[in-house]
Amino acid sequence: MSDRPLTKNIDLARGPLSLRDYEAAGGYRGAKSVAGLHPNEVLERVKESGLKGRGGAGFPTGLKWSFVPQGPESEQQKYLVVNADEMEPGTFKDRLLMEGDPHLLIEGMIIAAYTIGANKAFIFLRGEYVLAEKRLARAIAEAKEAGHLGTNLFGTGYDLDIVLHTSAGRYICGEETALLNALEGKRANPRAKPPFPQVSGLWGKPTIVNNVETLCNLPGILANGVEWYQSLGSGGDYGTKMFGVSGRVKKPGCWELPFGVSIREVIEGHAGGMQEGYSLKAFLPGGGSTDFLTPEHLDTPLTYSAIGELGSRLATGTMILLDDKTCPVGMIGNLMRFFAHESCGFCTPCRDGLPWVDAIFRDLECGKGSAKDIAILHDHVGYMGPGKTFCALAPGATAPLGSGLKLFAEEFEQHLVHGACPYL
Amino acid sequence: MSENKLMKNSVITTSLSRELTAAEISEIEHEISLYPDKRAVGLEALKIVQRHQGWVSDESMRAISNYLDIPVADLEGVATFFNLIYRRPVGKKVILFCDSVSCWVMGCDRIKQKITDQLGIDYGETTSDGEYTLIPVPCLGDCDKAPVMMIGEEMHRHLDEEGIESLFRNAAVNKSGGDS
Repeated sequence: MSDRPLTKNIDLARGPLSLRDYEAAGGYRGAKSVAGLHPNEVLERVKESGLKGRGGAGFPTGLKWSFVPQGPESEQQKYLVVNADEMEPGTFKDRLLMEGDPHLLIEGMIIAAYTIGANKAFIFLRGEYVLAEKRLARAIAEAKEAGHLGTNLFGTGYDLDIVLHTSAGRYICGEETALLNALEGKRANPRAKPPFPQVSGLWGKPTIVNNVETLCNLPGILANGVEWYQSLGSGGDYGTKMFGVSGRVKKPGCWELPFGVSIREVIEGHAGGMQEGYSLKAFLPGGGSTDFLTPEHLDTPLTYSAIGELGSRLATGTMILLDDKTCPVGMIGNLMRFFAHESCGFCTPCRDGLPWVDAIFRDLECGKGSAKDIAILHDHVGYMGPGKTFCALAPGATAPLGSGLKLFAEEFEQHLVHGACPYL
Repeated sequence: MSENKLMKNSVITTSLSRELTAAEISEIEHEISLYPDKRAVGLEALKIVQRHQGWVSDESMRAISNYLDIPVADLEGVATFFNLIYRRPVGKKVILFCDSVSCWVMGCDRIKQKITDQLGIDYGETTSDGEYTLIPVPCLGDCDKAPVMMIGEEMHRHLDEEGIESLFRNAAVNKSGGDS
C-alpha cells in the first residue's frame, strides 16, 4: 500500500493512466468496495478516518456529509458538487491531481455520491484549466463506457451521472454558495447561510460541495481501511496532504506528504531551500488568505492545529515565500489588488473597503503615502474581518494585511520616510 | 435625456438581435440536456457563442436571451461578472497574463512591461493587426513555474524577457503604433 495515495499514479512525463491501467494499479477498488456497504457504513468510515476538507477550511468531511437529510421523508434529489475552481493565489495542487490522475477524482466522487445519495454530480472546473478539462472529459467517458458511471453501478442498483462544468474565471466561485449560484447560471454572489447547502443547495436540493483533493482521499480510505489511513500523518491530522512552495526557492513544486511534516522539511528539503543570494524573510503558509509566518516558525509541524496555534491557517497547504530582496509592502499590495478585483461587490465592507485599501497601497508603493493611510489600513483589518462580511473573501484579505502590518511595520514606515520604495 | 430620445433608444436596443447559428444552437441544446433548468446554461451559451464569434456582441446577447428565456439584464450580469467573457472584440489570441502573488514575487511586472513594449498594447488593448489582446488573469494555478501566462489554450511558463522577445518577434514586425 502506497504512502502516497493521492499521487502514486502521477507521472507528468507520461500523462494520466487510462482506465485500464488505473484499474491494473488497484484503482476503483475503493468504489467497488462500497457496493457491499450501506451508505451509513461508508459515512461512519469516513468520519472515523478523520478526513478534513482540503479546500481551505479544514472542516471534517464525514460531519459535513452527515448534515444531508436522509430517509424516505427527505428530498430524494441530492447533488454532489466538486469544487475544482482552484484560484487561491499561490495554490496549484488540484491542477496537478486532475491533470495527473483524473480517475482518482472520479472514483472519489462515486464514493461520496453513493454515501450522500446523490445520483447527479457536477465538477465545477475553472475555465483556464483546459488540460484538466480534456483529461477529465476523457476519463468520464472511459468510466461511462466501462459501466463505472451510469446506471446500476457495481450491481448496487445505484445510478450516477457526472457533468463537467467549466467556469469563466472568478475567484468568488470557490466560495461554495457562490459556486452554486454560478452553477445555476446566475451571477456568483454568495448566499446567506443558513440554510446551508447540505440542506438546501443546488436548485434548493440537498448538496455537498467538496474540494478535489478531499475527494481524492476517499478511494484510499475505502480500499485500504481507516487504520492504514490514520497510520499516515501525525499531530492529530490523518492521511497525506498536497504541500507546495512557490517563490525564490531552488526547486519550487508540489508534493504529497504526511501531515506533521515540518515546514523546514518542505521548504529546505523538498523545495531545495532558497536560491543563492536570497534569504527567507516570511511566508504565507496556505495561499493568499493566510497570515504571514516567519523563519522562526520553520520547525512547526504542518497540521491544522499547529499552524492555527501560530495565528495563521494551514488552508490550502501551498506556501508563498517572501525573500529579503522583495518588498513586503509590494507583495501585500499585490494581494490586495487581487482581492479588490475579485470581490463580488455584494456587501459593503468588501466592495468599498478593498478598493480603498488597494488605492492606499498604490500610493504607498510609489512613496505617496502618509501616516494616516497606515492608520486607515489598520482600521480596515477590523472593518473587513470575520463576521463583518457576507462571505470569507474580505476576511481572507485581512489575514496577510493585518499580519503584514504588524510584521513589516518598519518597511511600511520606510516607504513614508523615503518617499519611495526602498527595494527599488 | 428627453422622453422621446429614451423611447427611440429602447426601440433601437430591441431591434439589436440576430439568429443563433445551427452550430451554436446544437451545442447550447447539448448543454441544456445536462441541467434540470435551461436558464442554468446562460454562461455556457455565452462561452459557446464566444467560441464561434470571438466575442459576445449586443446582438448575440439578445439572441441568447431570447433562446434561453433569460432577461438580457440577468445575462449581462453574468457576462460582465466573469473574466473570460469578452463583451468587446478581442484579438485572434488572448494573452491571459498572471499578475498574482507568486508570479509577482518572481518578477512578472518586468515581463508584462516587456510584452507591452514589444506589442505596443497595455491591459485591455489589442494589437493593431488584430492578433493579440492582453488581459490580466487572477492566479493561473501554476505557481511553481512562475511567472506564467496563457496564450489561447496554451500555458507559457518560466517566463523571462528573452523568451518574450523571441515569442513575439514576428508579431513585433506587425506593430504599427498600437491602438491606445
